[in-house]
Amino acid sequence: MELRIDRTAVDRCRALASAIAAPVQEFIAAHSTVSVERAVLRLFGVDGVGPDDVPVANLIVDALPEAERRRGAALAFGRGVAETGLDPGVLGEAIAVGRYALADFAGVPDAAALGALRPHVESALAHLRVRREERQALLARWPQLPPPLLYVIVASGNIYEDRSAAVAAAEAGAQIIAVIRSTGQSLLDFVPFGPTTEGFGGTYATQANFRIMRAALDQVSEKLGRYVMLTNYASGLCMPEIAATAALERLDMLLNDSMYGILFRDINMKRTFVDQHFSRMLNAYSGIVINTGEDNYLTTADAVDQAPAVLASQFINEEFAHRAGMPDAQIGLGDAYEIDPGLEDGFLFQVAQAQLARQIFPNAPLKYMPPTKHMTGDIFKGHLVDALFNLTSVMTGQTIHLCGMLTEAIHTPYLADRALSIENARYIMNTARHFGDEIALRPGGRIERRAEDVLAGCEALLDRVAGMGLMAAIDAALFADVKRSPDGGRGFDGVFPRAAGYVNPFENALRGEPFTA
Amino acid sequence: MTGRLIKPYGDTMNDGKVQMSFTLPVEWSETADEAARQLAGKMGFADVQVVEGRPIAGGFSFFVLYASTPQGVDLETIHAPSVRTHAMTMEEVDAYVLDRIGRKLRVAGACIGTDAHTVGIDAILNMKGYKGDYGLERYHSFETFNLGSQVAPEDLVAFTKLHAVDAILASQVVTQKGSDLKNFTELAELLEAEGLRDRVVLVCGGPRVTNLMASELGYDAGFGRGTLPSEVAAFIAVTLAHRLREETRV
Repeated sequence: MELRIDRTAVDRCRALASAIAAPVQEFIAAHSTVSVERAVLRLFGVDGVGPDDVPVANLIVDALPEAERRRGAALAFGRGVAETGLDPGVLGEAIAVGRYALADFAGVPDAAALGALRPHVESALAHLRVRREERQALLARWPQLPPPLLYVIVASGNIYEDRSAAVAAAEAGAQIIAVIRSTGQSLLDFVPFGPTTEGFGGTYATQANFRIMRAALDQVSEKLGRYVMLTNYASGLCMPEIAATAALERLDMLLNDSMYGILFRDINMKRTFVDQHFSRMLNAYSGIVINTGEDNYLTTADAVDQAPAVLASQFINEEFAHRAGMPDAQIGLGDAYEIDPGLEDGFLFQVAQAQLARQIFPNAPLKYMPPTKHMTGDIFKGHLVDALFNLTSVMTGQTIHLCGMLTEAIHTPYLADRALSIENARYIMNTARHFGDEIALRPGGRIERRAEDVLAGCEALLDRVAGMGLMAAIDAALFADVKRSPDGGRGFDGVFPRAAGYVNPFENALRGEPFTA
Repeated sequence: MTGRLIKPYGDTMNDGKVQMSFTLPVEWSETADEAARQLAGKMGFADVQVVEGRPIAGGFSFFVLYASTPQGVDLETIHAPSVRTHAMTMEEVDAYVLDRIGRKLRVAGACIGTDAHTVGIDAILNMKGYKGDYGLERYHSFETFNLGSQVAPEDLVAFTKLHAVDAILASQVVTQKGSDLKNFTELAELLEAEGLRDRVVLVCGGPRVTNLMASELGYDAGFGRGTLPSEVAAFIAVTLAHRLREETRV
């Protein structure tokens, strides 16, 4: 199955996406955020919590005077490492209990500070490489089933309950497990600590929870002889920190979108742009596949109208990911099956859009999201709509397939809901495995015309955005009809300009640059 | 005086046929099938047939059953008031508000607590509306404030106070272990504590909301699945108009 696509229009869209990202990238290069700095500390091994359960990374960054912060937390922290000779993790704990304050080390020269950090930068990156190689080895030993990779969510609030649900889902055929976060977490300006057993609509993302789930999935992977992937969310106010901890605990995928938090969580746009960049640099290095959140355009507005916005966002996400050093194979661009089931030929429209994305982003592991908006308490109809979603996914060659739940509109899935959902997907994908290879689309027919319209609409939207600038475009509600101002939203106070001599040694190392103040 | 008892209908009047499915935390076996059958018997069902029983995960089995219930209910004894009694179009609501109240009504809506699902509140408030029925933003007679998702009840109350809101729409879509009821209750109690409860029309909505449940929680109305924006608009307009009339009488 092949759509005839206007390739020059695709090239123009990519050029527009580049023009859109370029000025934002200049802003990113000139700024940092508290979360970027905390991620740097976490990569050095700073962990744990101090008084009132405040994470040590937060304690240290919050205590930095403005002028120090603008040069990056690494420099101030490196002075302490140089002076005390302590391992960074141990120094962090000592600061947390008040034995030291970074202000004590103000006299240490920059060069000494950076020199003291160098071996720790190298060992941190070596650790990330080990985790990455470990994943590659396990994937070779326990190969995955062919895509679409069935992705299911667990979300009990209790990591130990999640673990049981995840193992059950894997045994039923799931290949990717996402632990949905407690819904408030995207708005927390810190990463909670330790194993957690209480959450709302999900389970807190903590390093300990990551570790518990990874261990359980490794165990079931071995039993099943196929590697089961683990996903969490590098979104919200702590994108870079989650990216860092996920890399350390060998997560395989992270939800990470360059604009989702801005539009749908009212997180400040400058904060998000800066955070997504560093988080994606880390994802690139650790071999983590990102999943972008274009499905959200479709759940909050009409799915037929918003199709061009989905494609435009895919181009923008691709561009920002490339600028962070991510290869196509790690960019899981999103889409969703959200057209009103009552619409005549709605299925054709879904096929058009999914196939369009497949052909425009041939090497991207596309993420396909299930129907949610038009799901109701009628679970029988819901199961049927999910079946058509499954068919669309397999016939258009989607890679990451989030299984739709028949009880989507009712509750967080029961064990049986998840099993029924996976059975549905396995049945359809098996019975129609090569359907897409066997059919040809009618030239100039409904599907092709729809794809043309979507691409043309996307180009027009990108053109408008490029003309006014991305930040102004978001301020003018060009995306998802949501208006966000450049200095509004959550987390803006955590964005600051980089002073001369700013250092983020990991950023330097990942770019292959030397780090000097 | 009792009316006719209503029972579920399969293909014959009063056969009481029910379909159900559930999971048992045991490995599947013939014993598990029999356990499912006996369990349905203990629930009070007769003619229990376990039509499907199979493993769905290590240590878990899934069952589909058909059975007959001997129970019935008397419709005459049931009280479930409908809120959809004031059918009006958008134009009629606008005209009604202009005539009876003479000013724009201020409506604030939010998905409260930690719930991030704005599908319901957006369907009612957004210009586009739902199923071809325009949302409240499009009405001339309303000034709307869509506060979005994850709004703490106390923030919604503070907003209500600050902006002299006439009507509050609180939405809860996804629940986990009763969090929706807790949030709705907290909002009603906070409004009461702030002395605002009588000043506002307080409405809740969501796929599991019923009007009966809403009235038990101290709300003026509850709107469940399939609600159209115009139904909510008409309820707000009529309720406020009646309230103002009563106030002027006193």
